[in-house]
Formats: sequence, structure tokens, C-alpha cells
Amino acid sequence: MAQYPKEIRVSQPDDLFEALVDAHENLTDAESRQMNSRLILLLANLVGDLDQVLAAINKARSSITAEQK
Amino acid sequence: MPKGYTHPKFIAPPAPKSGKDSTKVAIVGAGPVGLTVAIDLAQRGISVILLDDGDTTSHGSRLICMSKRTLEIFDRIGIGKLLEEKGVIWNKGRLFFQDDEIYNFDLLPEPGHAWPAFINIQQYYVEDFLVQKAETTPGIELRWKHAVVGLEVHDEGASLGIETPDGAYKLDASYVIACDGAHSTIRKALNLPFVGRAFDDRFLITDVFMKANFPSERWFWFEPPFHDGQSALLHKQPDGVWRIDLQIAANADPEEEIKEDKVRGRIERMLGSDIPFEIEWISLYSFRCRRLEKFRHNNIFFAGDSAHQVSPFGARGGNGGVQDADNLAWKLAKVIKGEAPDNLLDSYEAERIPAADENIKNSSRSTDFMTPKSAAVKDLRDAVLALARQEPFARRMVNSGRLSVPARYESSPLITCDASTFNRGLLPGSAAVDAPILIDGKEDWLLKQIGQNFTIMIWGPTPPNIPTDILVIQIGPENDPSGLIKERYNMRVGTTYLFRPDQHIAARTHQFNQEWLTAALARSAGRH
Repeated sequence: MAQYPKEIRVSQPDDLFEALVDAHENLTDAESRQMNSRLILLLANLVGDLDQVLAAINKARSSITAEQK
Repeated sequence: MPKGYTHPKFIAPPAPKSGKDSTKVAIVGAGPVGLTVAIDLAQRGISVILLDDGDTTSHGSRLICMSKRTLEIFDRIGIGKLLEEKGVIWNKGRLFFQDDEIYNFDLLPEPGHAWPAFINIQQYYVEDFLVQKAETTPGIELRWKHAVVGLEVHDEGASLGIETPDGAYKLDASYVIACDGAHSTIRKALNLPFVGRAFDDRFLITDVFMKANFPSERWFWFEPPFHDGQSALLHKQPDGVWRIDLQIAANADPEEEIKEDKVRGRIERMLGSDIPFEIEWISLYSFRCRRLEKFRHNNIFFAGDSAHQVSPFGARGGNGGVQDADNLAWKLAKVIKGEAPDNLLDSYEAERIPAADENIKNSSRSTDFMTPKSAAVKDLRDAVLALARQEPFARRMVNSGRLSVPARYESSPLITCDASTFNRGLLPGSAAVDAPILIDGKEDWLLKQIGQNFTIMIWGPTPPNIPTDILVIQIGPENDPSGLIKERYNMRVGTTYLFRPDQHIAARTHQFNQEWLTAALARSAGRH
């Protein structure tokens, strides 16, 4: 399986964070959760390659389970 | 009261007996911005009257973080050495999330600069050094305890109503520079609104004296266990004084929060019970990120906090204000001396409004990162912080303040577009970057060579027919032994940079010619 890359691909991190914050504006909590889920699916489709998407899923999940220990 | 510093008591001069006085330039407010613009103007041969309603220096550390560009400006007007001797240099920052350090950064000082990226120093020291300089600079009249209480605008400038301990008077001024802070009397007199945002969250800002072995680093905590899930900052200053900033819930009672016992309890939880400390200063801020629509109103100019306000994370308030002063002084001096048309003064806001907007944008974003406005945004922010433990891209997104960088006057009418192609070097509108230079065989700094008027720097022989009021710095392998000037400015034979009196780059070319210089000089002096 592909490894999640260490390389930084986001060139404007503050613009990205602001865009994500703005995307939640005036949404209820339930709508925000749906927005996040849909965003994940849309980004996964942009990435395309399942192996790479799995690397990101694995990274996200293992960072949560590591905190449980 | 601070341990290491005694606040001076300046003497209030008497009010003019006639009840009237006049001046070319009146500067309102003797804080860092007002004092800087006063000294800069006086050094350019313009006499000023500087009015302040108080008679001492700032209470509390306030601006503390001085950026390289500010240090270069202060060095140009002559207080660099004092700041260097007193200030605390720092390069490293650490970020904590909940119980752990998530990462640290190093500002990695680049070699070959006279000044570090930042030094920390209390505002009262900055003001003290500036007052010492102002008192010995011919052409500056300091009027302590002369409070501006009224303003009438007329065709030839403005008339200021002034109250002093021994009576009131009117001061007619051709030009007024309002450096009187966020609660500017001049702004209120003109009834000018601010545009921008106010934040509900508050920060408790304190100076704490203690004998502690923390290094001179910037430590920032998101949701530390000692502070109920809010943010906290610890930063070292001279004299064993530490700056501690603590975020306070938006619904907290401000009266209650500034009580010393309450603050003491919060700091004890932060530092642990084994470090004795004394609280020197407590202040409670609510943030505003906003500015005036215009910084020039006829012959009245706004500079510093009277013109724009930011949240403190990023050190963009004081540093931005000093750059306002740096931008305005040479222009006003040229117009008063008849060396440039009045519209050179319009370029003050053409250059400083975009700079203020950049500061407002960055400080708003930092504040939004620290104080999430909804559950969804807090989830997102916490996800960034958690991923930052491992992922380099997430570290880039962590925002505890984007530190002040010098403005580049990109879209300014004074700046000439490149006449030839530069692959590297410094873009027109940027502040000149320092580098070592040999002067008569002795090590010196490039920025110190830039003159009070326009200066050209050329690689190779000086061309003929350069106007006599233009200073020429000739560069070659003989005085650039480190090669840093060549590298930083992408110099080759014939490469020429035109520096403005504020050390910003007005124009550059790889092929010097007379027409280029004439046109660039005219444009940069407002004749466009």
C-alpha cells in the first residue's frame, strides 16, 4: 500500500484553512458534518487512485487510535 | 511598577501666553509612531511640534516584538545601538497542544544581516530611547501634558485646540499627523468610522517579573491543561520580565478578570507553585482588526493605531505603525521643501493601506485559528493541531501568529516596473535587504550606506551625469567580499537599483541609462 507522503503539497496553508472555515459558515452542526463527509468523497474522487486514498484513510485513523493508548 | 525601569516624568512646557501658536507640522501622540515620525522629519530638516497628553512613557510592555525592518528603521534614525544593548534576541518558537509539544520552529537567522529577525523589548524602553533621541535632535519641540481636545480643518491645514495644566491655546498647523492611538481624538473630531471586524474573545495580557530558567523562546499553547482549554503565550523580555498572554472566554466578566488575585491564580496554574513571581502589569484586550477607509484627509494624516488596529499575534501593530512613520516622513519633508508635488502625499495611503490590509488579514486569520467560532471549526482546528504532531503540511497550517514581514509596495504609483528581466534579486517596492559591505577596507552594512535622499547602487563604474543630490554606492568584488550583495540583488556589470529615502526599492535595471534614471526618479517623487 502507498505511504502517505511527508512532502508538503499545500502551497497556501492559510488560504486553505480560511476556505475550510468559510465553508462551514451558517451551517448547523448536522449540516457541517454532512459538508465534511461530502468534501471527503469529493477529494477522494479528485485523488482517484484508491491506494493513495487508503494511505490517507490509514493515516487519519491511526492518528486517532494512537491517541487512545 | 516595573522592577528594572523607572518611568521618567517629563516637564510640561508652559502654554503660549498669547493663546495662539503656529507650526508647519503638528504631531499628535508621543508613542513609538509619533516619536519616530518626529525624529525622521527633523533629521530631514523639518521642524515639528510633538504633543502628548501624558508626561511619561508607556505603562506595560505592549508592543514587545520588534521586527528586523523596524530595527533597521530605528537604526536609521539613530536608536539601533540602544535597542541592541537592551533587547532580548529570540529565534525559536515552540507550540503545544493539550499536554504535549507538537513541534518547534527556528527562524534560522540568515547570515549577513546587521539585525536579527526579532528582538523583544518593552514599549517603555522603545519610547524612552526615542525621547532621548528626540530631545537631542534640533527641530523637535516636545510638549508633554499638552492635550489636543479639538480640531478645526481649514484650507491651509488645521487648528488644534489644546489644553495644558496652565491654560488653553490654539495651534495652527499646515500638516497634522495623528499618532494618537486606537482612541484617537483627531479621528473622533473628524467623525471617521473604522471598517473591519471586532472579535468577542478577550486576552489577558500581563508582565510578570520572575527568576525563571525558561529559554528566550516563544512558547504558545493551544488548550493547555493549566488554562481551561484556551490559548496561552509566554515570551521573554529584558530585566527578568516575562510576557504572559491568556485567552479569556468571551462571556467572562472583565472587571473580575483583571483583579490581581484572579490573574495570580491563573499564572500559578501555568508556572507551577514553585516559581515566585510578581505581576507588573495587567491589561485586558478585546481584538479589533480594522482600519480607516482613508489615511489622508486633506492635510491630516493617520499613522499607527489611529489608522489601523490588529490583534497582537504576529507583532503587526507596532511594527506596522513604525513603517507608516517611515513611509510618511520623507514624503512630507520633500513636499514641504518644494522638492515634490503634493500628490506624493497621496502615495502614503496608496502604499500603507495595502500594507495595513495584509496585517489585518494575517492577524484576523491568527485570531480565528486561536478562537474557533463554531463546533465544526473547532474540530477542524483541533484536527490541524493533532496532525501537526506528525505531518509537515499540518504544521504549516498551525497559526499562532504570522510574524510581521516588511511590506512590499507592489502596486504603488511610485514604483517603476522592471526595465529588464531579473531572474532573482529584490522586486521593486521591497525594502532593501541588508548585506555586509567594505567601506575604506572596514566591515560595514549596506543599509547604512543608503542616504537621506535617493540613492543608486550600481555594479561597475559610476555613470556620468548623475544628479548631484543622488548618492551613488558603487559595488564590485572589492567591497562585496562575501558576495552577498551580488547574490541578494542579482548584480552584474551595469545592474542598478534606485533606493528611496525610506530604503525601499523604487526601480532596478540590468542596463543603466540616463533616461531610465530620470523617469524612475520623477515617478518616485510623485511626478507621474
